[in-house]
Amino acid sequence: MSVSPAPIREPMLPGRGSGGAPRPAWRSRLTRLDTKVTPYLMIAPFFILFGAFGLFPLIFNIAVSFRSWRLDDPDAQGLFGKSWSGLDNYTALLHDDEMWGALKNTIGLFVLSTIPQILTALLLAGILNRKLRFQTLFRMGVLLPYVTPIAASTLVFGAVFTLDTGIVDSLLTQVGLPSVDWHAEVWSSWLAIITMVNWRWTGYWAIIFLAAMQAIPRDLYEAATVDGAKVWTQFWKITVPLIRPSILFAVIVSTIGGLQLFAEPLLFDEGKATDANGGSYHQFQTIGIYIYKTAWKSLNMGGAAAISVGLFLLIIVITSMNAWITNRVARGGRS
Amino acid sequence: MSAVVSTPSEGARAAERPTAAERPKRRTWGGSPTDTPAGPLTYVMLVLTMLLSAFPLYWMFVVGSSTDEELAKLPPSVVPSTHFSDNVHQVFDQENAFFADSLVNSLIVAVVITVSVLFFCSLAGFAFAKLRFPGRDALMVLLIATMTIPQQLGQVALYLVMSRLGLIQTLPAVVFPALVTAFGVFYMRQYIQDAIPDELVEAARVDGASTFRIYWNVVMPTLRPAAGVLGLLTFVAAWNDFQWPFIVLFGGDTYTVQVSLSSLASGQTIVYSRMMAGAVLATIPLIVVFIAAGKQIVTGIMEGAVKS
Repeated sequence: MSVSPAPIREPMLPGRGSGGAPRPAWRSRLTRLDTKVTPYLMIAPFFILFGAFGLFPLIFNIAVSFRSWRLDDPDAQGLFGKSWSGLDNYTALLHDDEMWGALKNTIGLFVLSTIPQILTALLLAGILNRKLRFQTLFRMGVLLPYVTPIAASTLVFGAVFTLDTGIVDSLLTQVGLPSVDWHAEVWSSWLAIITMVNWRWTGYWAIIFLAAMQAIPRDLYEAATVDGAKVWTQFWKITVPLIRPSILFAVIVSTIGGLQLFAEPLLFDEGKATDANGGSYHQFQTIGIYIYKTAWKSLNMGGAAAISVGLFLLIIVITSMNAWITNRVARGGRS
Repeated sequence: MSAVVSTPSEGARAAERPTAAERPKRRTWGGSPTDTPAGPLTYVMLVLTMLLSAFPLYWMFVVGSSTDEELAKLPPSVVPSTHFSDNVHQVFDQENAFFADSLVNSLIVAVVITVSVLFFCSLAGFAFAKLRFPGRDALMVLLIATMTIPQQLGQVALYLVMSRLGLIQTLPAVVFPALVTAFGVFYMRQYIQDAIPDELVEAARVDGASTFRIYWNVVMPTLRPAAGVLGLLTFVAAWNDFQWPFIVLFGGDTYTVQVSLSSLASGQTIVYSRMMAGAVLATIPLIVVFIAAGKQIVTGIMEGAVKS
């Protein structure tokens, strides 16, 4: 990485044109300006756009969270004037049962999806890492859910998990098990949502892990084979510890994503999806949905901003915790 | 045992008697899993995984091609019916879903974002890879750090920004934040660093080419493989994007197809057949892209994974 050996500045020295005659002064000044300024112009679009639509909103969001900012009240808008409300939005949250329920659902759904997802992806990657025929076909198949639009796949899972006429429920009743109203119960709605999340992401992480596994030098395995390590031991003691950076990356990214879960639980509430209640008694409402509801249903931007800030802090805490735990576990018993 | 037919005879022999031949096979194949031919059990598990991956897509079509009467039958039919085009007509006729327009909108959004990402990311990637300027390495670290920021958490404020710009319920509100990505810059930088020799840039410089001209004439023509991969990944992400388009477009009359789908899922009565016909239409363009270029998408994700 970094320092390229090419002395790119050199050619702009005046008088080194191949014809022998020195270049006109304006021309060399232009060239000097070009080498000095153009690199910054080239990277500027990223920093300007990120600043405007990425970083600024995050900071602005903090400012909004200290104001009673309502979309339906022109007096309660803007960063100046009498809309300052101090910590009111935050204290209101502490007494908000719907928020606590959403927090519980968010963490529950996150834990129940991330852990099986990463573990299954590891095993799947282990399988894909063998010498295979139709290798590309299998890799593509594993990645298929990742390229499927999330709205489309969530709606089809909604149909699959419908009472009576849904395929899952009719299979259950055919083998003599009781019918389940998938949307109505906490456990059943969670199970349906976890299924959607894991369906989408397991294959993606398997491909990421596979890429890391393929980069492991072969002679490391040769030594282990001489020692007579079984495939399973080999997998946990050699493969997994060696791809620890990738596992760590996956845990961090899926923690950040999982705690912001939005589309699946929102669209699972069929017929009332855009009310953003997350079920008839909020049984699968997540913080992501609750932010949406507070901002665009209750029109309370200040409150929604405060929840966003809270979720940001939660994400930082849980991500660091997970990173630490993963780092320990994935060492595979080596200290 | 078709799995090992094409492998050398030691491998085939070992696979026939896995337990007895375990040790010699291992030695022959060097012990790395990458060199060990997969057994039948592996293939069974992989085929099951494929079925699980594809099932929702298949089911989408089964439901999307049935009538409501057929769907109410018990047990449900597990093969597609013949009413797909009827259902599609109903989706297009559905009020307040703007489905036909939304397909066009999605295409516009995805193409504009893809072209823009390719241009701006390769431009910045070239600067970071081949030009020297004060603060370069620090800025690169900063850029990588931005990838870890959960930007969705700024959406409340981003909405207020878009509102101030007068862009609520318009496509530019969806396009602007996606015009350039940190991942894209990073990916292009890695590629340009390896693919373009410094001497080439230097020679062009000696010939009097300006920095932008070097980008345009020297760098750009060599970018095809990387641009293909990044372009595909960007197109897929833009076409599939749901949360922000839903927030900023829903309730208006300009939708992307994902927002349009979510409007099919609201309203008191849910018509599954119609909803699934819509879902099929929203998915088909991606399946086409995936079949045509799935290999590059897989390669791209794997390369991105190793580099980051």
